[in-house]
Order: sequence, then C-alpha cells, then structure tokens
Amino acid sequence: MGNPNRVKADSGIMRWIDDRFPATQMWQEHLSKYYAPKNFNFWYFFGSLALLVLVNQILTGVWLTMSFNPSAEGAFASVEYIMRDVEWGWLIRYMHSTGASAFFVVVYLHMFRGLLYGSYRAPRELVWIFGMTIYLLLMAEAFMGYLLPWGQMSYWGAQVIISLFSAIPAVGPDLAQWVRGDFLISGITLNRFFALHVVALPIVILALVVLHIIALHEVGSNNPDGIDIKEKKDETGKPLDGIPFHPYYTVKDIVGVAVFLFVFCVVIFYFPEGGGYFIERPNFEPANPLKTPDHIAPVWYFTPFYAMLRAITFSLFGLDAKFLGVVVMGGAIAILFVLPWLDRSPVRSMRYKGWISKVMLVLFAISFVILGVLGVLPATPVRTLVSQVCTAIYFAFFLLMPLYTKLEKTKPVPERVTG
Amino acid sequence: MKKQLFALLFALVPFTALAAGGAAVPYSMTPDLQDQASLQRGMQLFTNYCMGCHSLEHQRFARAAEDLGMPQDLVEENLIFSSDLAFNDQMHNAMAAEDAENWFGAAAPDLTLEARLRGTDWIYSYLLSFYKDPSRPTGVNNAVFELVAMPNVLEPLQGVQEMVCAESDRPHGHAELDPLTGKYQSCEVLQVTRPGAMEPEEFEEAVYDLTNFLAYVGEPSKLQAQALGPKVLIFIFIFGVIAYLLKREYWRDIH
Repeated sequence: MGNPNRVKADSGIMRWIDDRFPATQMWQEHLSKYYAPKNFNFWYFFGSLALLVLVNQILTGVWLTMSFNPSAEGAFASVEYIMRDVEWGWLIRYMHSTGASAFFVVVYLHMFRGLLYGSYRAPRELVWIFGMTIYLLLMAEAFMGYLLPWGQMSYWGAQVIISLFSAIPAVGPDLAQWVRGDFLISGITLNRFFALHVVALPIVILALVVLHIIALHEVGSNNPDGIDIKEKKDETGKPLDGIPFHPYYTVKDIVGVAVFLFVFCVVIFYFPEGGGYFIERPNFEPANPLKTPDHIAPVWYFTPFYAMLRAITFSLFGLDAKFLGVVVMGGAIAILFVLPWLDRSPVRSMRYKGWISKVMLVLFAISFVILGVLGVLPATPVRTLVSQVCTAIYFAFFLLMPLYTKLEKTKPVPERVTG
Repeated sequence: MKKQLFALLFALVPFTALAAGGAAVPYSMTPDLQDQASLQRGMQLFTNYCMGCHSLEHQRFARAAEDLGMPQDLVEENLIFSSDLAFNDQMHNAMAAEDAENWFGAAAPDLTLEARLRGTDWIYSYLLSFYKDPSRPTGVNNAVFELVAMPNVLEPLQGVQEMVCAESDRPHGHAELDPLTGKYQSCEVLQVTRPGAMEPEEFEEAVYDLTNFLAYVGEPSKLQAQALGPKVLIFIFIFGVIAYLLKREYWRDIH
C-alpha cells in the first residue's frame, strides 16, 4: 500500500501512518539519518536557537493578540492592560519584546558564522539566499511590530523610516502615502501594520524557514573546516566525519537552549527594558503626532543601516543626499544576497583563507558594530566622518572580495575534518 | 572570537546611559519595592496631594491594596476620596482635563508610567527642587523642570525653599567644585527659608516614599518578576546541568 519506495516501519500504527504519510522517511531524512559534520563548534548553536526564538515569538504573539487593541485610541492602553490586568500578561509581553531583540542577536551571530566558514559557497547559495530573505522579512516584521504599542518612539521611528520612501525621485511622496494609508502615520497605518505583522509576514517567514531547512538538508551542512564530508564515506555509505543529527546534535543543541534561556530569562525578569535598548523610554508615553521627541533613534538592530543612511551627507550626480542614503542603506542589504558569487577563494573556511580575508572580516565586523553604536547616537561632524569610513569598509569587504579572495595565498585544506 | 564578543559588549556599556535618557539631575534614589511601609506612605501622599490633578489611569486601587498589603476597608476609608470611584477602579483624578488647561495652561499628565518615562531620579529630584519665584503665576519655579506649570503642592510639608548662593555637597545647576573643600560653590543652591510641617530630612524621606510608590505603579509586575525570577533561573540551571550530562554521555562514542 502507498508508495513502495518509501522507508516504512515494519508494522503497527507507524506502518499504518507510513502507508499514508512519509513520517518515518521524513524523520530519517531530517533527523536520525541526516548526517551532520561532527566538528560543529560554538557558532553552530544559533540556527536552532533562531528556530526556538521564532516559536517563542509566534506563541507569545498569539497570546498578546488576544488582548491587544489595534487602534490608535486603544493600543497604548491595551498594552498596559496586558501588563497589569491579564494573568501572566507581563511575562508574555516581555518574552515577546525581549524575543525580538534576541532574534536579531542570534540571527546576526548565525549570519556571521556563515561569513566565517563560507557557508554561503556552492552548493549552498540557495540556503544563503533563503536565509537572507528571512532576515529581510524579519526586519520588516520587527519594524511593523514596533509601531503597535503606539508609544512616542514607535510613532516617530515609523515616521522617520516611512519618510525614507519619499526620498525616491518622482514617485516617492505618493509611495510613502500609499504605505501609510494616510497623510501621516495614523490609526490606519497601525491597523495595516497589525495585519501584516500578525498574519502576512509570519506566514511568509515560516514558509521561508521551511525552504531554508529543506535546501540545507538537500546539500548537507557545512562545517568549520569548510570541507565536504560526503567525499569520504564508509562501506555502508555513511560519511566518515558525519554523525546523525538526532540524537547527537539534538542533545547538544538542548545544552545551547539551556544557556540561551538562562540569559534570556535574566533579561526578562530583571532587565526587561534592556538598558533602554529593548524597550525605549519614550515608548512609555503614548504617541503624540504634535510632539517630536528630542532624539529619534531606531531600535538597536537597525542602527548599523541607519548610520549608513546618515553617513551620506553629500549630493552626487544630481541625486540628493537623502535619496543616496536610502540607496546605500538598501545596497548594504542587497549586496549580502550576491555574496556567494563574490567569493572566489578556492577554500570555504576562514581557517584556510589568506590573511587579507581575515583582516577584511575583522574590519567588517568592527565597522558593523561601530555603525551600530553610531546609529544610536546623535550625529556630530566627527561621528559622521567615522560612519562614512565604516560604511566604506562595509562595502569594500564585499566589493573587493572577488579580488582579494582570488589573489591571496590560501592554506592547504585537510582531507578530513579537524577538531 | 570570544575577545570580539567581549569587545562588543564592552563597547555598548557607555551607551546605556544615553539610552536611559535625560539630563543629569541633582539627586538620586533607589526604589525598594520590598519596603511595603514606604510604598503605603507613598500611596497615602499620592492620594492626598497628587490625585486631585494627576491620574494613574492604569493602576487599580485593588491591585495596589493587594501588592502593598492593605486591607480593602482601610483603603476604602482612607485612600478613596471620590464617591465616583470604587475599590476595583483605576485611580482616576478629580480634575477634568479641560479645567486643568484653563487653570494651569496644560492638562496634568497621567503619572502611571512617569517613573519609567523619566526615571525615579528625575521624579525625586523634581519634587525636591521647587523654589520661590514671585515672577511665576504659581509663585514657584523648579530647578529640574524650568517654568513648570505645576505649583509646589507639597509646600505645606516642605516649607518655602529659596535659591541662594552657598556651599553645597551636591552639584546644583551650574555649580563649580572647590578643589580645596571638595564642596560646590553655586548661586543655585536650594535652601528652606521658612519651615513647613516636616524637617528637611523628614521631607526627603516623604518624597522618597512618594517616588518609590510611583516606581511601583510604573511596573507592578516587577514584584511578581522578583518573586518568580530566581525559581525559573534555578530550574533552567539544573535543566542545563542535566542536559550537559546527557550530551556528554551521548558524545562519548564520537571521536
């Protein structure tokens, strides 16, 4: 009965299911017989942690939706209602608000791992592109969710970001108005952001996560040595340096989960505002379209790109500075998508690349962090200069990559994975 | 890599001050939500001196009674003055916003989240920094919030405070530190020139209690978080140890 090519249980209830749905087959393909390299290190915890945070966001989000009032008149008060009158509402809300920041922490570390070990290289280009699309949508998801509590910074942060659309020549102002659905950010904007944040984007993100994992399991995981474990197999066809994901990596990831949850819970229970970075102070005041806050800064996970936007203070080729800033900001994200084709090195992992690649990666990471810090601070001439230098380094890392990865001398790659 | 992570964490430290926001204020206080007596006195001060004008839109009397350990009948007799308000109601004020605009030029802001918006140091400093200024319609000005519309409602307790030139332990306004005495010389020192019902130290304590109460009101769930936090963390820690032992056992056969 059913598809005879499938792996099936011998008898019993599992056999009944396997004749109708490839349960055993899927279990084996994705867990018990998915061979992952045995030398995963610290950097390999963040994929499964991202999945954990995603589940956290969806579950807490569903419960928040039960008590949230998506209207300009009621949103702010309903958040306080959740914080005070809903049983465990404060915990659910803090899990969600802290989860947003945690999501970006683990995703940034997960992406850095990709850069470090060349996880984006052939044949994993699609894994990388699906992942980058998730990151892009995650930024949209976070941006829209940030408006919902209808605090002062929610409102003015959204005002600043949406006004960026109006910098686009010709269609800009109309486009910004189309996004807002109004002449300024209003209850209409809040309602559409709520719909997108709660329904549309989560569905697409979940679908992309499935694609990301299917693509990964099709080609197999990379590893810190960046070598292909499928080339060395034993007589039964199992990779010599591979171990079944379950139970080895499931039990290992659970240790990572425990460490992560410990830190996560310390924040939730003792520092839910994250020093003013996870929940910003002006957001304890309801949105007021007539009162602009002294200093508007986006949430920390957007600040590197915000700093790049502000770094462009000059007009060029008849295009004004604000529009160029938007182009640079968009380019900074877009360039990540083509990364698999920029790296021409014969090796994948940073362990065997030459010193130029290593220096460039360190400079890139430092520049990104500095840009993140500068994006929080008010602009001064010196800070603008520093952010211009860092923006240049950010782009140089990618644009010069075809040259330096090809020119530099690489180290010989081992036959088998090392520790 | 670990070094880079530490560098990242370290780089962010100085910026927490910026994220917390606000200019420097002369006084600081640390809220103590376990001090129920202080919170109760704070609530008493709030209902007697503040609630005529300021509301706590999101704070219920009943929740405060429960969290601060006060029986319902005592709260109803001593802390609820309006016949329109019931024990389970939120702490609405007595003044209509319209009247406030006519009388003071601005509606008195709701104070539920004031402690989270401005910080407890700010509230504490602000309440201690009223001084006599005959040029103002209310007769007072405030060193922390210039030209504020609010009168010094605590004046019967504090007495009349004036801005004088003097030596002080604290940096008031544009104070200069005298390196010899270690004291600040300033013409913006606030001194009580006509005593009120309370001694200055007594008054500072009363303002502490009031600020402490507003800290509680800003985030009542903090009491629950403080109670639950250690249990959750201990559980996760034990879970982590067991998870690690399990991992070690499985990985014994991997070489």
